[in-house]
Amino acid sequence: MNEFLLLFRRDFTSADAQPSAQELQDLMKKWQHWLGGIAAQNKLVENGNRLASEGKVVHAGDRVTDGPYAEIKEVLGGYSIIRAETLDEATELAKGCPVTLIGGTVEVRQLVPPNL
Amino acid sequence: MAEQELLPQLFKTEYRKIVSVLCRRFGLEHVETAEDIASDTFLTAAETWGLKGIPERPEAWLYKVASNKAVDFLRKKAAQDRRNSDLKTPTEYSCIDLSLQNIRDSQLEMMFAICQPLLTLSAQVALALRILCGFGIDEIAGAFLTNRETIAKRLQRAKEKLRDNNVRLEFPSNPAIRLQPVLSTLYLLFNEGYYSRHQDIAIRRDLCLEAMRLALLLTEYPETDLPDTNALLALMCFHASRLDARIGTRGEIIRYDEQNPSQWNAELTDKGHHYFNRAAKGAEAGSYHLQAAIAYWHTRQEDTTEKWEAILDLYNRLLIRQYSPVAALNRAYATYKVQGKTAGILEAEKLKLTHYGPYHHLLGYLYTGEDSAKAITHLQQALRQSKTQADRDNIRRDLAHPDLQTSPTHHPG
Repeated sequence: MNEFLLLFRRDFTSADAQPSAQELQDLMKKWQHWLGGIAAQNKLVENGNRLASEGKVVHAGDRVTDGPYAEIKEVLGGYSIIRAETLDEATELAKGCPVTLIGGTVEVRQLVPPNL
Repeated sequence: MAEQELLPQLFKTEYRKIVSVLCRRFGLEHVETAEDIASDTFLTAAETWGLKGIPERPEAWLYKVASNKAVDFLRKKAAQDRRNSDLKTPTEYSCIDLSLQNIRDSQLEMMFAICQPLLTLSAQVALALRILCGFGIDEIAGAFLTNRETIAKRLQRAKEKLRDNNVRLEFPSNPAIRLQPVLSTLYLLFNEGYYSRHQDIAIRRDLCLEAMRLALLLTEYPETDLPDTNALLALMCFHASRLDARIGTRGEIIRYDEQNPSQWNAELTDKGHHYFNRAAKGAEAGSYHLQAAIAYWHTRQEDTTEKWEAILDLYNRLLIRQYSPVAALNRAYATYKVQGKTAGILEAEKLKLTHYGPYHHLLGYLYTGEDSAKAITHLQQALRQSKTQADRDNIRRDLAHPDLQTSPTHHPG
């Protein structure tokens, strides 16, 4: 079995992307059901974390800018790690992720352990 | 009460107290001597009471006899130690402290000594049953559905391991950390009674009650009266409230949706609420909290969407914390209750637990009325993989469902 990183991206900035309290509650249940479905197949490696919307970017010469979202609208909002044989299987598991319901995306990338 | 009934009753409640107290005094390496003295005390009681009748205060009588035998042992041991060393002065021996407080403290320390990762889980449970619950070797063998020799060996090895590792009876300096393996063992002990394949309801009830008694003891000390302890106790109370309704007259398991709620025990449900509220003092909802909440919802009689949504939500959270095949199957069942059969089947089939009988049983159940051929295939697979007569009976009954009978075999005349 291989491990895959799921990267959740969504729009943090525009006002119409900010859900209400009830919508948030529903969304949380959907996240749990989706992640619970992966966990029920014993394919959840790590629940992962949500990322705070605030951030800094360090550039060459230690120049620092605010946040990763200067030019792009969609920013990284969180990650989870799952277990699958192939990229296709991991992608199949990523389907139905509730981030897509609010205009976001999931990027699926295999974790490659360093060759030591 | 005649002594024929009184003695076994006292054995059940007092044997374990005497063993723990003596061990605390002798040191855990002398656990076998403690057991011998406790057994011997009851033999003496049987002889004496048979001749002279039951004493006025039977417990006090037993404690006195045990105490005398213990002091004898200590005196002999000291004499021997003196011969082996330069120690000259004889020690004074007061009688053994069998006060309520010392009994409780000894049992608590014994729990920490036995329930720890040094021993395998099955050894912990066996030893807990023997020393903390006063079960006989045959009774333990019966509870584990194995033979006397296996259990005797398991106990022997466990005691040797404790001795070799110099495990002492003491209150741990880090009780919050040491508590987790204790809770795991009690949880296992309870499940052994609640889910065991054992047909004997009396044994199962005993196992559940013993686990609850020990968990209760943990709530009596501030250092161990923690949210997880209360959550586990709440879980046990909620489950135990349905223990009688869950087992049929032939020892078969009665499915949840077929239980008679009037047999559910309201007193235990109330106790469950009490401990669940106390468990809520902690900031974090751990695995016992989630399972207690699931067990709570099962004590609610109504079959509403709200109830099953809550259960589904809890199984999701439980699985995200920790995978188990049972939780995965229960999640699929809850999905069916909330979203209907198609969704339930979809979630169940994703699990691919093809070597696990209950997986096929659930799919057979869900496919009934949807796709008879698939339902029958799964139920027959479940039948082949079933391990007990009670399971087979339940599966055969599902196979006999009217929807699964093919061409009519007779015409109504």
